[in-house]
Amino acid sequence: MNTTGIEFKGVTKAFIRDDGSRQVILDQVSFSIPAGKTTVIAGGSGQGKSVTLKLILRLMDTDSGQILVCDDDITQARGKELKELRTRFGVLFQGAALFDSMTVFENVALPLRERTSKSEDEIREQVLSSLEQLELLGHEDKFPAQLSGGMKKRAGLARALQLKPEIMLFDEPTTGLDPVMTQEIYQLFARTQEQVGYTSIIVSHDIPKVFNLADQVIVLNNGAMDVFSSPEAIQWSSKPHIREFVQTTMGEIYQSHLVEK
Amino acid sequence: MRKPVILRIEAISSFAIFFIVMVKHGDNPYSMPKQQNPISRLGSSGLSILVDLGRMGLYLLQMIQGCLRTPFRYAEFMRQMNFIGVGSLVVIFFTAASTGMVLGLQGYYSLHKFGAEGMLGSAVSLTLIMELGPVLTALMVAGRAGSAMCAELGIMRISEQLDALDCMAIDPFRYFISPKLLAALISVPLLTALFDVVGIAGGYVAGVHLMGVNPGSYIDGMQSSVTSHDVWLGTVKSFVFALLIVWICTGRGYFVHLIRGAGFGARSVSRVTTQAVVLSSISVLIFDYLLTAILI
Repeated sequence: MNTTGIEFKGVTKAFIRDDGSRQVILDQVSFSIPAGKTTVIAGGSGQGKSVTLKLILRLMDTDSGQILVCDDDITQARGKELKELRTRFGVLFQGAALFDSMTVFENVALPLRERTSKSEDEIREQVLSSLEQLELLGHEDKFPAQLSGGMKKRAGLARALQLKPEIMLFDEPTTGLDPVMTQEIYQLFARTQEQVGYTSIIVSHDIPKVFNLADQVIVLNNGAMDVFSSPEAIQWSSKPHIREFVQTTMGEIYQSHLVEK
Repeated sequence: MRKPVILRIEAISSFAIFFIVMVKHGDNPYSMPKQQNPISRLGSSGLSILVDLGRMGLYLLQMIQGCLRTPFRYAEFMRQMNFIGVGSLVVIFFTAASTGMVLGLQGYYSLHKFGAEGMLGSAVSLTLIMELGPVLTALMVAGRAGSAMCAELGIMRISEQLDALDCMAIDPFRYFISPKLLAALISVPLLTALFDVVGIAGGYVAGVHLMGVNPGSYIDGMQSSVTSHDVWLGTVKSFVFALLIVWICTGRGYFVHLIRGAGFGARSVSRVTTQAVVLSSISVLIFDYLLTAILI
Protein backbone atom coordinates (compact mmCIF):
# COMPACT_ATOMS: atom_id res chain seq x y z
CA MET A 1 0.00 0.00 0.00
CA ASN A 2 1.42 3.38 -0.93
CA THR A 3 1.34 6.35 1.43
CA THR A 4 0.68 9.15 -1.02
CA GLY A 5 -2.11 11.48 -0.03
CA ILE A 6 -3.16 14.94 -1.16
CA GLU A 7 -3.65 18.00 0.99
CA PHE A 8 -5.30 21.29 0.01
CA LYS A 9 -4.19 24.24 2.14
CA GLY A 10 -6.18 27.46 1.74
CA VAL A 11 -6.67 27.00 -2.00
CA THR A 12 -8.52 29.72 -3.91
CA LYS A 13 -9.45 29.61 -7.58
CA ALA A 14 -11.63 32.11 -9.43
CA PHE A 15 -12.51 32.88 -13.03
CA ILE A 16 -13.36 36.19 -14.68
CA ARG A 17 -16.86 36.26 -16.18
CA ASP A 18 -17.85 38.04 -19.41
CA ASP A 19 -19.21 40.99 -17.42
CA GLY A 20 -15.88 41.39 -15.62
CA SER A 21 -17.09 39.98 -12.31
CA ARG A 22 -15.24 37.24 -10.45
CA GLN A 23 -16.68 33.74 -10.12
CA VAL A 24 -15.10 32.05 -7.12
CA ILE A 25 -14.83 28.28 -7.61
CA LEU A 26 -12.81 27.46 -4.49
CA ASP A 27 -12.55 29.92 -1.64
CA GLN A 28 -9.73 29.30 0.88
CA VAL A 29 -10.43 25.59 0.81
CA SER A 30 -8.48 23.15 3.02
CA PHE A 31 -8.91 19.39 3.21
CA SER A 32 -6.97 16.12 3.02
CA ILE A 33 -7.41 13.11 0.78
CA PRO A 34 -6.17 10.02 2.64
CA ALA A 35 -3.72 7.66 0.98
CA GLY A 36 -4.97 4.33 -0.36
CA LYS A 37 -8.62 5.31 0.09
CA THR A 38 -11.35 6.38 -2.31
CA THR A 39 -12.58 9.95 -2.16
CA VAL A 40 -15.65 10.99 -4.13
CA ILE A 41 -16.02 14.65 -5.07
CA ALA A 42 -19.65 15.55 -5.65
CA GLY A 43 -21.60 18.74 -6.28
CA GLY A 44 -23.87 20.40 -8.79
CA SER A 45 -22.88 21.44 -12.30
CA GLY A 46 -20.44 24.32 -12.45
CA GLN A 47 -19.39 23.95 -8.81
CA GLY A 48 -15.78 23.20 -9.75
CA LYS A 49 -15.44 19.42 -9.50
CA SER A 50 -13.40 19.06 -12.68
CA VAL A 51 -11.50 22.26 -11.85
CA THR A 52 -10.44 20.64 -8.56
CA LEU A 53 -9.03 17.67 -10.51
CA LYS A 54 -7.22 20.01 -12.88
CA LEU A 55 -5.73 21.90 -9.93
CA ILE A 56 -4.48 18.63 -8.42
CA LEU A 57 -2.82 17.78 -11.74
CA ARG A 58 -1.59 21.37 -12.18
CA LEU A 59 -3.36 21.60 -15.52
CA MET A 60 -4.60 24.88 -14.02
CA ASP A 61 -2.89 27.24 -11.59
CA THR A 62 -4.38 28.17 -8.23
CA ASP A 63 -4.84 31.85 -7.35
CA SER A 64 -3.47 31.17 -3.87
CA GLY A 65 -2.81 28.30 -1.47
CA GLN A 66 -0.90 25.04 -1.62
CA ILE A 67 -1.70 21.57 -2.93
CA LEU A 68 0.61 19.00 -1.38
CA VAL A 69 1.10 15.70 -3.15
CA CYS A 70 3.00 13.48 -0.71
CA ASP A 71 4.38 16.65 0.94
CA ASP A 72 5.53 18.17 -2.39
CA ASP A 73 3.74 21.40 -3.32
CA ILE A 74 2.60 20.87 -6.91
CA THR A 75 1.56 24.52 -7.24
CA GLN A 76 5.23 25.54 -7.01
CA ALA A 77 6.65 22.69 -9.11
CA ARG A 78 8.33 23.52 -12.42
CA GLY A 79 9.94 21.56 -15.25
CA LYS A 80 11.32 18.18 -14.25
CA GLU A 81 9.92 18.38 -10.73
CA LEU A 82 6.39 18.85 -12.13
CA LYS A 83 6.92 15.97 -14.57
CA GLU A 84 8.04 13.69 -11.75
CA LEU A 85 5.01 14.63 -9.66
CA ARG A 86 2.71 13.97 -12.59
CA THR A 87 4.14 10.49 -13.10
CA ARG A 88 2.54 9.57 -9.75
CA PHE A 89 -0.90 10.18 -11.25
CA GLY A 90 -3.09 8.18 -13.54
CA VAL A 91 -6.10 9.91 -15.03
CA LEU A 92 -9.26 8.60 -16.63
CA PHE A 93 -10.83 11.54 -18.42
CA GLN A 94 -14.54 12.02 -19.00
CA GLY A 95 -14.28 11.07 -22.69
CA ALA A 96 -11.31 8.74 -22.05
CA ALA A 97 -9.09 11.14 -24.11
CA LEU A 98 -7.72 8.35 -26.28
CA PHE A 99 -5.60 9.51 -29.20
CA ASP A 100 -7.84 9.27 -32.28
CA SER A 101 -5.06 8.46 -34.71
CA MET A 102 -3.65 5.59 -32.63
CA THR A 103 -4.98 2.07 -32.15
CA VAL A 104 -6.00 0.81 -28.71
CA PHE A 105 -2.64 -0.98 -28.42
CA GLU A 106 -0.68 2.15 -29.35
CA ASN A 107 -2.70 4.24 -26.90
CA VAL A 108 -2.05 1.86 -24.02
CA ALA A 109 1.61 1.41 -24.99
CA LEU A 110 2.25 5.16 -25.26
CA PRO A 111 3.23 5.86 -21.62
CA LEU A 112 5.49 2.79 -21.60
CA ARG A 113 7.21 3.82 -24.84
CA GLU A 114 7.66 7.42 -23.75
CA ARG A 115 8.33 7.09 -20.02
CA THR A 116 10.19 3.78 -19.63
CA SER A 117 13.17 2.08 -21.25
CA LYS A 118 11.36 -1.22 -21.74
CA SER A 119 11.93 -3.17 -24.94
CA GLU A 120 9.16 -3.44 -27.50
CA ASP A 121 8.66 -7.11 -26.56
CA GLU A 122 8.25 -6.26 -22.87
CA ILE A 123 5.84 -3.45 -23.74
CA ARG A 124 3.80 -5.76 -25.95
CA GLU A 125 3.60 -8.38 -23.21
CA GLN A 126 2.52 -5.85 -20.55
CA VAL A 127 -0.04 -4.13 -22.78
CA LEU A 128 -1.66 -7.38 -23.92
CA SER A 129 -1.80 -8.58 -20.32
CA SER A 130 -3.55 -5.35 -19.28
CA LEU A 131 -5.97 -5.57 -22.18
CA GLU A 132 -6.78 -9.14 -21.22
CA GLN A 133 -7.52 -8.11 -17.62
CA LEU A 134 -9.82 -5.35 -18.84
CA GLU A 135 -11.51 -7.65 -21.38
CA LEU A 136 -10.22 -5.74 -24.38
CA LEU A 137 -8.13 -8.49 -25.92
CA GLY A 138 -9.04 -8.83 -29.58
CA HIS A 139 -9.75 -5.09 -29.84
CA GLU A 140 -6.12 -3.94 -29.69
CA ASP A 141 -5.95 -3.05 -33.39
CA LYS A 142 -9.14 -1.00 -33.35
CA PHE A 143 -9.17 2.79 -33.33
CA PRO A 144 -11.06 4.69 -30.59
CA ALA A 145 -13.82 5.63 -33.03
CA GLN A 146 -14.57 1.91 -33.46
CA LEU A 147 -15.09 1.33 -29.70
CA SER A 148 -18.21 1.61 -27.55
CA GLY A 149 -18.32 4.09 -24.65
CA GLY A 150 -17.54 1.41 -22.07
CA MET A 151 -14.65 0.01 -24.12
CA LYS A 152 -13.18 3.49 -24.46
CA LYS A 153 -13.30 3.92 -20.69
CA ARG A 154 -11.61 0.56 -20.17
CA ALA A 155 -8.93 1.40 -22.73
CA GLY A 156 -8.41 4.77 -20.99
CA LEU A 157 -8.13 2.96 -17.66
CA ALA A 158 -5.63 0.48 -19.12
CA ARG A 159 -3.50 3.38 -20.36
CA ALA A 160 -3.71 5.19 -17.03
CA LEU A 161 -2.61 2.09 -15.10
CA GLN A 162 0.46 1.26 -17.20
CA LEU A 163 2.90 3.26 -15.08
CA LYS A 164 1.40 1.92 -11.84
CA PRO A 165 0.15 5.27 -10.50
CA GLU A 166 0.03 6.06 -6.81
CA ILE A 167 -3.04 8.27 -7.31
CA MET A 168 -5.86 7.66 -9.80
CA LEU A 169 -8.18 10.48 -10.79
CA PHE A 170 -11.51 9.64 -12.43
CA ASP A 171 -13.40 12.51 -14.09
CA GLU A 172 -17.08 11.57 -14.53
CA PRO A 173 -16.12 7.97 -15.37
CA THR A 174 -19.63 6.68 -16.02
CA THR A 175 -21.09 9.57 -18.02
CA GLY A 176 -22.93 8.22 -21.06
CA LEU A 177 -22.86 4.60 -19.91
CA ASP A 178 -25.88 2.40 -19.31
CA PRO A 179 -26.55 1.09 -15.75
CA VAL A 180 -25.05 -2.36 -16.47
CA MET A 181 -21.86 -0.87 -17.90
CA THR A 182 -21.73 1.64 -15.03
CA GLN A 183 -21.82 -1.21 -12.54
CA GLU A 184 -19.10 -3.05 -14.47
CA ILE A 185 -16.88 0.03 -14.49
CA TYR A 186 -17.26 0.51 -10.73
CA GLN A 187 -16.40 -3.14 -10.12
CA LEU A 188 -13.37 -2.67 -12.34
CA PHE A 189 -12.26 0.35 -10.29
CA ALA A 190 -12.61 -1.60 -7.05
CA ARG A 191 -10.68 -4.55 -8.51
CA THR A 192 -7.82 -2.49 -9.94
CA GLN A 193 -7.54 -0.45 -6.74
CA GLU A 194 -7.22 -3.65 -4.78
CA GLN A 195 -4.52 -4.88 -7.15
CA VAL A 196 -2.50 -1.66 -7.51
CA GLY A 197 -3.36 -0.04 -4.16
CA TYR A 198 -3.70 3.49 -5.49
CA THR A 199 -5.37 6.46 -3.86
CA SER A 200 -8.56 7.05 -5.78
CA ILE A 201 -10.34 10.35 -6.41
CA ILE A 202 -13.63 10.14 -8.30
CA VAL A 203 -15.56 13.12 -9.59
CA SER A 204 -19.04 11.98 -10.44
CA HIS A 205 -22.68 12.92 -10.88
CA ASP A 206 -23.64 9.29 -10.47
CA ILE A 207 -24.97 9.57 -6.93
CA PRO A 208 -25.67 7.53 -4.87
CA LYS A 209 -24.17 4.60 -6.88
CA VAL A 210 -20.63 5.98 -6.74
CA PHE A 211 -20.92 6.25 -2.93
CA ASN A 212 -20.63 2.47 -2.77
CA LEU A 213 -16.93 2.94 -3.56
CA ALA A 214 -16.34 5.93 -1.30
CA ASP A 215 -14.38 6.05 1.94
CA GLN A 216 -14.72 9.84 2.04
CA VAL A 217 -17.06 12.27 0.31
CA ILE A 218 -16.43 15.93 -0.51
CA VAL A 219 -19.37 18.10 -1.54
CA LEU A 220 -18.61 21.32 -3.41
CA ASN A 221 -20.98 24.24 -3.11
CA ASN A 222 -20.42 27.91 -4.05
CA GLY A 223 -16.69 27.91 -3.42
CA ALA A 224 -16.87 25.99 -0.15
CA MET A 225 -16.21 22.32 0.52
CA ASP A 226 -17.88 20.02 3.01
CA VAL A 227 -15.89 16.93 3.83
CA PHE A 228 -17.64 13.80 5.14
CA SER A 229 -15.76 10.87 6.56
CA SER A 230 -18.23 8.43 4.97
CA PRO A 231 -21.18 8.58 2.54
CA GLU A 232 -23.52 7.83 5.43
CA ALA A 233 -22.34 10.94 7.29
CA ILE A 234 -23.81 13.25 4.62
CA GLN A 235 -27.38 12.52 5.61
CA TRP A 236 -26.81 13.84 9.14
CA SER A 237 -25.60 17.24 8.02
CA SER A 238 -27.73 20.15 9.22
CA LYS A 239 -26.51 22.51 6.48
CA PRO A 240 -29.45 23.46 4.20
CA HIS A 241 -27.46 23.12 0.96
CA ILE A 242 -26.29 19.60 1.95
CA ARG A 243 -29.83 18.56 2.88
CA GLU A 244 -31.02 19.89 -0.48
CA PHE A 245 -28.18 18.05 -2.21
CA VAL A 246 -29.12 14.80 -0.46
CA GLN A 247 -32.77 15.21 -1.40
CA THR A 248 -32.14 16.02 -5.05
CA THR A 249 -29.34 13.56 -5.78
CA MET A 250 -29.86 10.57 -3.55
CA GLY A 251 -33.57 10.16 -3.99
CA GLU A 252 -35.53 7.70 -1.93
CA ILE A 253 -32.56 5.79 -0.54
CA TYR A 254 -31.76 8.47 1.99
CA GLN A 255 -35.19 10.09 2.30
CA SER A 256 -36.16 8.08 5.37
CA HIS A 257 -33.05 9.24 7.20
CA LEU A 258 -33.87 12.86 6.41
CA VAL A 259 -37.37 12.49 7.77
CA GLU A 260 -35.99 10.96 10.95
CA LYS A 261 -33.61 13.84 11.38
CA MET B 1 23.76 49.40 -49.07
CA ARG B 2 22.57 52.23 -46.75
CA LYS B 3 18.85 51.90 -46.16
CA PRO B 4 16.69 55.03 -46.37
CA VAL B 5 15.18 56.10 -43.02
CA ILE B 6 11.70 55.95 -44.53
CA LEU B 7 12.12 52.23 -45.19
CA ARG B 8 13.00 51.57 -41.57
CA ILE B 9 10.00 53.59 -40.36
CA GLU B 10 7.72 51.67 -42.70
CA ALA B 11 9.22 48.40 -41.52
CA ILE B 12 8.56 49.29 -37.89
CA SER B 13 5.00 50.32 -38.82
CA SER B 14 4.46 46.96 -40.50
CA PHE B 15 5.69 45.20 -37.39
CA ALA B 16 3.24 47.23 -35.28
CA ILE B 17 0.37 46.42 -37.66
CA PHE B 18 1.26 42.72 -37.39
CA PHE B 19 0.96 42.75 -33.62
CA ILE B 20 -2.28 44.75 -33.71
CA VAL B 21 -3.78 42.23 -36.13
CA MET B 22 -2.49 39.37 -34.00
CA VAL B 23 -3.95 40.77 -30.81
CA LYS B 24 -7.23 41.62 -32.50
CA HIS B 25 -7.56 37.92 -33.35
CA GLY B 26 -6.33 36.82 -29.96
CA ASP B 27 -9.09 37.36 -27.42
CA ASN B 28 -8.48 35.80 -24.03
CA PRO B 29 -10.17 35.50 -20.64
CA TYR B 30 -9.13 39.03 -19.71
CA SER B 31 -10.40 40.68 -22.86
CA MET B 32 -13.29 43.05 -23.27
CA PRO B 33 -15.76 42.40 -20.49
CA LYS B 34 -19.16 43.47 -21.82
CA GLN B 35 -20.41 45.81 -19.12
CA GLN B 36 -17.46 48.02 -18.24
CA ASN B 37 -16.82 51.71 -18.51
CA PRO B 38 -14.49 52.96 -21.28
CA ILE B 39 -11.48 53.28 -18.96
CA SER B 40 -11.92 49.72 -17.71
CA ARG B 41 -12.30 48.52 -21.27
CA LEU B 42 -9.08 50.30 -22.19
CA GLY B 43 -7.33 48.62 -19.27
CA SER B 44 -8.78 45.25 -20.24
CA SER B 45 -7.57 45.76 -23.80
CA GLY B 46 -4.08 46.51 -22.52
CA LEU B 47 -4.11 43.39 -20.37
CA SER B 48 -5.48 41.41 -23.27
CA ILE B 49 -2.63 42.53 -25.52
CA LEU B 50 0.01 41.70 -22.92
CA VAL B 51 -1.48 38.34 -21.96
CA ASP B 52 -1.91 37.19 -25.55
CA LEU B 53 1.50 38.35 -26.71
CA GLY B 54 3.13 36.83 -23.65
CA ARG B 55 1.35 33.54 -24.12
CA MET B 56 2.18 33.30 -27.82
CA GLY B 57 5.76 34.43 -27.15
CA LEU B 58 6.25 31.68 -24.56
CA TYR B 59 4.60 29.22 -26.92
CA LEU B 60 7.16 30.10 -29.61
CA LEU B 61 10.01 29.56 -27.15
CA GLN B 62 8.62 26.19 -26.06
CA MET B 63 8.23 25.19 -29.69
CA ILE B 64 11.89 26.01 -30.40
CA GLN B 65 13.03 24.28 -27.19
CA GLY B 66 11.00 21.22 -28.20
CA CYS B 67 13.16 20.90 -31.35
CA LEU B 68 16.23 20.46 -29.15
CA ARG B 69 14.79 17.93 -26.70
CA THR B 70 15.61 14.25 -26.97
CA PRO B 71 14.64 11.66 -28.02
CA PHE B 72 13.87 13.24 -31.38
CA ARG B 73 10.69 11.85 -32.96
CA TYR B 74 12.01 11.01 -36.40
CA ALA B 75 8.84 9.14 -37.48
CA GLU B 76 6.59 12.10 -36.63
CA PHE B 77 9.03 14.47 -38.37
CA MET B 78 8.93 12.33 -41.55
CA ARG B 79 5.14 12.15 -41.39
CA GLN B 80 4.94 15.93 -41.23
CA MET B 81 7.48 16.28 -44.06
CA ASN B 82 5.21 14.04 -46.10
CA PHE B 83 2.08 15.98 -45.11
CA ILE B 84 3.44 19.52 -45.49
CA GLY B 85 5.97 18.91 -48.26
CA VAL B 86 4.90 16.01 -50.46
CA GLY B 87 1.20 16.70 -49.88
CA SER B 88 1.58 20.26 -51.16
CA LEU B 89 3.51 19.38 -54.33
CA VAL B 90 0.53 19.29 -56.69
CA VAL B 91 -0.98 22.51 -55.34
CA ILE B 92 2.36 24.29 -55.56
CA PHE B 93 3.03 22.94 -59.06
CA PHE B 94 -0.25 24.19 -60.54
CA THR B 95 -0.13 27.52 -58.67
CA ALA B 96 3.43 28.11 -59.82
CA ALA B 97 2.74 27.12 -63.43
CA SER B 98 -0.28 29.41 -63.74
CA THR B 99 1.46 32.28 -61.93
CA GLY B 100 4.56 31.97 -64.15
CA MET B 101 2.47 31.87 -67.35
CA VAL B 102 0.41 34.88 -66.30
CA LEU B 103 3.61 36.75 -65.47
CA GLY B 104 5.00 35.78 -68.87
CA LEU B 105 1.95 37.11 -70.71
CA GLN B 106 1.49 40.26 -68.61
CA GLY B 107 5.21 40.97 -68.64
CA TYR B 108 5.38 40.57 -72.40
CA TYR B 109 2.55 43.06 -73.00
CA SER B 110 4.08 45.60 -70.59
CA LEU B 111 7.64 45.26 -71.89
CA HIS B 112 6.51 45.18 -75.52
CA LYS B 113 5.30 48.79 -75.15
CA PHE B 114 8.88 49.85 -74.50
CA GLY B 115 10.43 47.39 -76.95
CA ALA B 116 12.08 45.56 -74.06
CA GLU B 117 10.72 42.00 -74.54
CA GLY B 118 14.25 40.73 -74.01
CA MET B 119 13.96 41.64 -70.33
CA LEU B 120 11.07 39.19 -69.82
CA GLY B 121 13.26 36.45 -68.32
CA SER B 122 14.75 38.92 -65.88
CA ALA B 123 11.35 40.33 -64.85
CA VAL B 124 9.68 36.94 -64.41
CA SER B 125 12.55 35.33 -62.48
CA LEU B 126 13.19 38.29 -60.14
CA THR B 127 9.48 38.66 -59.36
CA LEU B 128 9.15 34.97 -58.63
CA ILE B 129 12.35 34.45 -56.67
CA MET B 130 12.10 37.55 -54.46
CA GLU B 131 8.36 37.98 -54.00
CA LEU B 132 5.75 35.71 -55.49
CA GLY B 133 7.52 32.40 -54.91
CA PRO B 134 7.91 32.71 -51.12
CA VAL B 135 4.59 34.52 -50.59
CA LEU B 136 2.31 32.32 -52.70
CA THR B 137 3.98 29.14 -51.42
CA ALA B 138 3.43 30.30 -47.84
CA LEU B 139 -0.21 31.19 -48.54
CA MET B 140 -0.82 27.77 -50.10
CA VAL B 141 0.85 25.98 -47.18
CA ALA B 142 -1.10 28.10 -44.68
CA GLY B 143 -4.37 27.23 -46.39
CA ARG B 144 -3.64 23.54 -46.84
CA ALA B 145 -1.39 22.44 -43.96
CA GLY B 146 -1.79 25.34 -41.48
CA SER B 147 -5.54 24.88 -41.25
CA ALA B 148 -5.12 21.13 -40.68
CA MET B 149 -2.51 21.70 -37.95
CA CYS B 150 -4.77 24.17 -36.17
CA ALA B 151 -7.83 21.92 -36.37
CA GLU B 152 -5.84 18.87 -35.21
CA LEU B 153 -4.54 20.65 -32.12
CA GLY B 154 -7.89 22.28 -31.43
CA ILE B 155 -9.67 18.93 -31.47
CA MET B 156 -6.95 17.41 -29.28
CA ARG B 157 -7.44 20.27 -26.82
CA ILE B 158 -11.23 20.08 -26.57
CA SER B 159 -11.17 16.27 -26.32
CA GLU B 160 -8.59 16.47 -23.50
CA GLN B 161 -5.93 14.59 -25.49
CA LEU B 162 -3.41 17.38 -24.79
CA ASP B 163 -4.28 17.22 -21.08
CA ALA B 164 -3.74 13.46 -21.23
CA LEU B 165 -0.26 14.00 -22.66
CA ASP B 166 0.54 16.45 -19.84
CA CYS B 167 -0.75 13.98 -17.26
CA MET B 168 1.50 11.26 -18.66
CA ALA B 169 4.38 13.75 -18.32
CA ILE B 170 4.90 13.62 -22.09
CA ASP B 171 5.99 16.96 -23.51
CA PRO B 172 3.49 17.81 -26.30
CA PHE B 173 6.02 20.14 -27.93
CA ARG B 174 8.70 17.47 -28.32
CA TYR B 175 6.09 14.84 -29.06
CA PHE B 176 4.36 16.40 -32.02
CA ILE B 177 4.37 20.22 -32.21
CA SER B 178 8.08 20.83 -32.74
CA PRO B 179 8.37 18.13 -35.45
CA LYS B 180 5.77 20.16 -37.37
CA LEU B 181 7.98 23.25 -37.06
CA LEU B 182 11.12 21.44 -38.21
CA ALA B 183 9.25 19.82 -41.10
CA ALA B 184 7.85 23.19 -42.19
CA LEU B 185 11.26 24.90 -41.91
CA ILE B 186 12.65 22.33 -44.37
CA SER B 187 9.59 21.79 -46.57
CA VAL B 188 8.53 25.39 -47.20
CA PRO B 189 11.92 26.60 -48.60
CA LEU B 190 12.06 23.48 -50.81
CA LEU B 191 8.48 24.08 -51.99
CA THR B 192 9.45 27.71 -52.66
CA ALA B 193 12.39 26.56 -54.77
CA LEU B 194 10.04 24.29 -56.71
CA PHE B 195 7.59 27.18 -57.14
CA ASP B 196 10.38 29.37 -58.52
CA VAL B 197 11.57 26.74 -61.02
CA VAL B 198 8.08 25.80 -62.23
CA GLY B 199 7.04 29.48 -62.36
CA ILE B 200 10.08 30.44 -64.45
CA ALA B 201 9.36 27.49 -66.76
CA GLY B 202 5.74 28.67 -67.04
CA GLY B 203 6.94 32.17 -67.92
CA TYR B 204 9.23 30.63 -70.56
CA VAL B 205 6.35 28.70 -72.14
CA ALA B 206 4.09 31.77 -72.24
CA GLY B 207 6.78 34.23 -73.29
CA VAL B 208 8.86 32.16 -75.68
CA HIS B 209 6.46 29.58 -77.12
CA LEU B 210 3.25 31.62 -77.14
CA MET B 211 4.46 35.20 -77.59
CA GLY B 212 7.60 34.56 -79.58
CA VAL B 213 10.25 36.05 -77.26
CA ASN B 214 13.78 34.93 -78.13
CA PRO B 215 14.64 31.95 -75.91
CA GLY B 216 18.25 33.02 -75.60
CA SER B 217 17.35 36.49 -74.35
CA TYR B 218 14.88 34.98 -71.82
CA ILE B 219 17.54 32.68 -70.34
CA ASP B 220 20.34 35.24 -70.62
CA GLY B 221 18.21 37.97 -69.01
CA MET B 222 17.48 35.66 -66.14
CA GLN B 223 21.10 34.61 -65.64
CA SER B 224 22.45 38.15 -65.77
CA SER B 225 19.93 39.75 -63.42
CA VAL B 226 19.37 37.18 -60.67
CA THR B 227 22.07 37.36 -58.00
CA SER B 228 22.75 35.11 -55.02
CA HIS B 229 21.44 37.93 -52.80
CA ASP B 230 18.04 37.68 -54.50
CA VAL B 231 17.93 33.91 -53.92
CA TRP B 232 19.08 34.43 -50.33
CA LEU B 233 16.30 36.99 -49.76
CA GLY B 234 13.68 34.57 -51.07
CA THR B 235 15.07 31.76 -48.91
CA VAL B 236 15.11 33.88 -45.74
CA LYS B 237 11.51 34.88 -46.44
CA SER B 238 10.42 31.27 -46.86
CA PHE B 239 12.06 30.30 -43.54
CA VAL B 240 10.34 33.16 -41.72
CA PHE B 241 6.98 32.40 -43.35
CA ALA B 242 7.26 28.73 -42.37
CA LEU B 243 7.92 29.75 -38.76
CA LEU B 244 4.96 32.18 -38.79
CA ILE B 245 2.55 29.62 -40.24
CA VAL B 246 3.39 26.87 -37.76
CA TRP B 247 3.61 29.28 -34.82
CA ILE B 248 0.25 30.94 -35.46
CA CYS B 249 -1.70 27.92 -36.68
CA THR B 250 -0.56 25.47 -34.00
CA GLY B 251 -0.67 28.20 -31.34
CA ARG B 252 -4.30 29.11 -32.05
CA GLY B 253 -5.28 25.44 -31.94
CA TYR B 254 -3.29 24.82 -28.77
CA PHE B 255 -4.96 27.73 -26.97
CA VAL B 256 -8.45 27.22 -28.44
CA HIS B 257 -9.92 26.83 -24.93
CA LEU B 258 -8.62 30.27 -23.92
CA ILE B 259 -10.02 32.20 -26.89
CA ARG B 260 -13.25 33.49 -25.45
CA GLY B 261 -14.92 34.83 -28.58
CA ALA B 262 -14.49 31.47 -30.30
CA GLY B 263 -17.23 29.71 -28.33
CA PHE B 264 -17.00 26.07 -27.32
CA GLY B 265 -16.65 22.60 -28.81
CA ALA B 266 -16.59 21.95 -32.54
CA ARG B 267 -17.66 25.52 -33.31
CA SER B 268 -14.66 26.93 -31.46
CA VAL B 269 -12.32 24.73 -33.49
CA SER B 270 -13.85 25.77 -36.80
CA ARG B 271 -13.76 29.46 -35.86
CA VAL B 272 -10.21 29.34 -34.58
CA THR B 273 -9.09 27.43 -37.68
CA THR B 274 -10.51 30.14 -39.93
CA GLN B 275 -8.93 32.75 -37.68
CA ALA B 276 -5.54 31.01 -37.83
CA VAL B 277 -5.49 30.85 -41.63
CA VAL B 278 -6.52 34.50 -41.95
CA LEU B 279 -4.02 35.64 -39.34
CA SER B 280 -1.13 33.63 -40.73
CA SER B 281 -1.89 34.84 -44.27
CA ILE B 282 -1.99 38.48 -43.17
CA SER B 283 1.21 37.95 -41.17
CA VAL B 284 2.94 36.50 -44.22
CA LEU B 285 2.01 39.57 -46.27
CA ILE B 286 3.07 42.01 -43.56
CA PHE B 287 6.36 40.22 -42.93
CA ASP B 288 6.97 40.07 -46.67
CA TYR B 289 7.05 43.85 -46.76
CA LEU B 290 9.00 44.03 -43.53
CA LEU B 291 11.72 41.63 -44.71
CA THR B 292 11.93 43.27 -48.11
CA ALA B 293 12.35 46.69 -46.48
CA ILE B 294 15.07 45.43 -44.15
CA LEU B 295 17.00 42.99 -46.34
CA ILE B 296 16.83 44.39 -49.87
